[in-house]
Amino acid sequence: MVLRLWNWIDARMPSLKQEWLKHAAAYYAPKNFNFWYFFGSLALLVLVIQIVSGIFLTMNYKPDANLAFGSVDYIMRDVPGGWIIRYIHSTGASAFFIVVYLHMFRAMLYGSHKAPRELVWIFGMLIYLTLMGEAFFGYLLPWGQMSYWGAQVIVNLFGTVPFIGPDLALWVRGDYVVSDATLNRFFALHVIAFPLVLLGLVVVHLLALHDVGSNNPDGLDIKKHHDASGRPLDGIPFHPYYTVKDLMGAVAFLGIFCFVMFFIPEVGGYFLEYNNFIPADPLKTPQHIAPVWYFTPYYSVLRAVPPLFHSQFPGVLAMGAAVLLFFFLPWLDRCPVRSIRYRGRYYKSALAVFVVAFLVLGYLGTESTTVWGQFGFDAFFLDTKDRATWLARLCTLAYFLFFILMPWYTARDEVKPVPERVTH
Amino acid sequence: MNDQKKIDRTRRNLLLATSVVGGAASVGAAVPFAASMWPSERARAAGAPVDVDLSRVGPGELAVIEWRGKPVWVLHRTQDMLDSLKAAEPKLTDPLSKASEQPPYATNEYRSLKPEIMVMEGVCTHLGCSPQMKSVEAKAEMGADWPGGFYCPCHGSKFDYAGRVFRGAPAPTNLRVPPYTFVAQAGLVIGEDKETKGA
Repeated sequence: MVLRLWNWIDARMPSLKQEWLKHAAAYYAPKNFNFWYFFGSLALLVLVIQIVSGIFLTMNYKPDANLAFGSVDYIMRDVPGGWIIRYIHSTGASAFFIVVYLHMFRAMLYGSHKAPRELVWIFGMLIYLTLMGEAFFGYLLPWGQMSYWGAQVIVNLFGTVPFIGPDLALWVRGDYVVSDATLNRFFALHVIAFPLVLLGLVVVHLLALHDVGSNNPDGLDIKKHHDASGRPLDGIPFHPYYTVKDLMGAVAFLGIFCFVMFFIPEVGGYFLEYNNFIPADPLKTPQHIAPVWYFTPYYSVLRAVPPLFHSQFPGVLAMGAAVLLFFFLPWLDRCPVRSIRYRGRYYKSALAVFVVAFLVLGYLGTESTTVWGQFGFDAFFLDTKDRATWLARLCTLAYFLFFILMPWYTARDEVKPVPERVTH
Repeated sequence: MNDQKKIDRTRRNLLLATSVVGGAASVGAAVPFAASMWPSERARAAGAPVDVDLSRVGPGELAVIEWRGKPVWVLHRTQDMLDSLKAAEPKLTDPLSKASEQPPYATNEYRSLKPEIMVMEGVCTHLGCSPQMKSVEAKAEMGADWPGGFYCPCHGSKFDYAGRVFRGAPAPTNLRVPPYTFVAQAGLVIGEDKETKGA
């Protein structure tokens, strides 16, 4: 019966079976995938979680400056199961970034951005950018103090662009201050425009990946050695081998996810900031204001750059560059081998310094610039005596040098011989 | 049907012309969508001047007034606060407010019409947060040489009691002074001055 139905469909729409074979049952993935290879499928899982929970949140949410905060409260208290749906969505937002950051780090470990996978990397970066926009728009919707002032700060970033800035910020806000008009348009962008773009990008990311094939922890080209029928000797079909493996990853991930969601949904103010439980007040900026953790590395870069020529634009440019430099990674990296396993100590140390700088910047961005007090001495170059600002400057420098010096140190790195076949 | 290998120039030109016109039409179609994102007529109209009763703002007190959705500060400065301005001067980015925005009648050392009444947009010139007043007593938090003034919690910019920014702050210029004028004994109108009145 089922078989007859399947044959009936196959006769009319053979592409269904072809696509299934191409992307799953006959997609040969390297057989040495390790822990780091969970995060791609997990990102897809979180995307589905966010879309489903998001759809149900819109059923009770009101995108209106007078009603938004109350409607979130209503979802939390009065809507049956509303609290769990909202916590799924808020935990999912942070989980998305955790998974994506680890996924990107995996690429930097094993050289997955290098030829011939440059397009896979670029589509991935576009997904990351879109995700940042999606998260930013979504954060305004609860209309709490952090929503409001976070949006105020970010929209004003556009205002620092020379000449067109103030008009650009006005156009983005749709009003002279962040207001109902802003909330309404951010809602539209958050629930439909950006998710559509995100889905499209995920499709091309996967299509591009499946055209060139997956990289692996050894950074080898598995198509080099194949059997008589052309199947790579070091490859196994994605389905059932990796569907099952990823399912196991999903179970572990959902375990952690549920723990956070049920027991510590605010994660000490990192996933949901305490100030956001206060309704937006356009006349009063909260004592301490910081973006959600996933933006804080860039926010630290923004704060670290002093204003030049009476303009904040250089800081904004530096922040933009900090994100956009990732796009150029495939061409900045001149190393002949992909995987860190066969790279020399230059790249290993540079990557380690970069990760530390990124984490320190991330931490500093969650704190105020006075967190570590001030230097006790005076010097001509000290435009600010905040210790934290100077550390942020140091880390910003390290961050940029990682990219800028990359063509130099990767070309000179001592590489180890790469094996012919994958290792475990 | 054209079976020849040779390109039919007439057809190719027609194809190109159609594509260009079609492309231009698509770009044109984006105009009303982009335009719909500008402030609406209703938002534009909601910018009327605001009246403030100064008799309710005692010496040393700060009143926060909403004007065009922004916080505007009215600070009744004491003699100590006015004296602190002189002391702060060497540490400022723009002590004479040359690169800052204020009406001509507020381009002076106090950045105000009357020295004791400060009227200032409480919006940081960095990225638009609203700074907080920190008195001279807040030395523990603000550093030993703090003369009193305003502090922006977002990115740590510091301003004196005339909204002038201290060096080393991310804010590029002094706080903006909105247009304002005094009426009768103790009346203040924000958003309107002698130049703009009746306009």
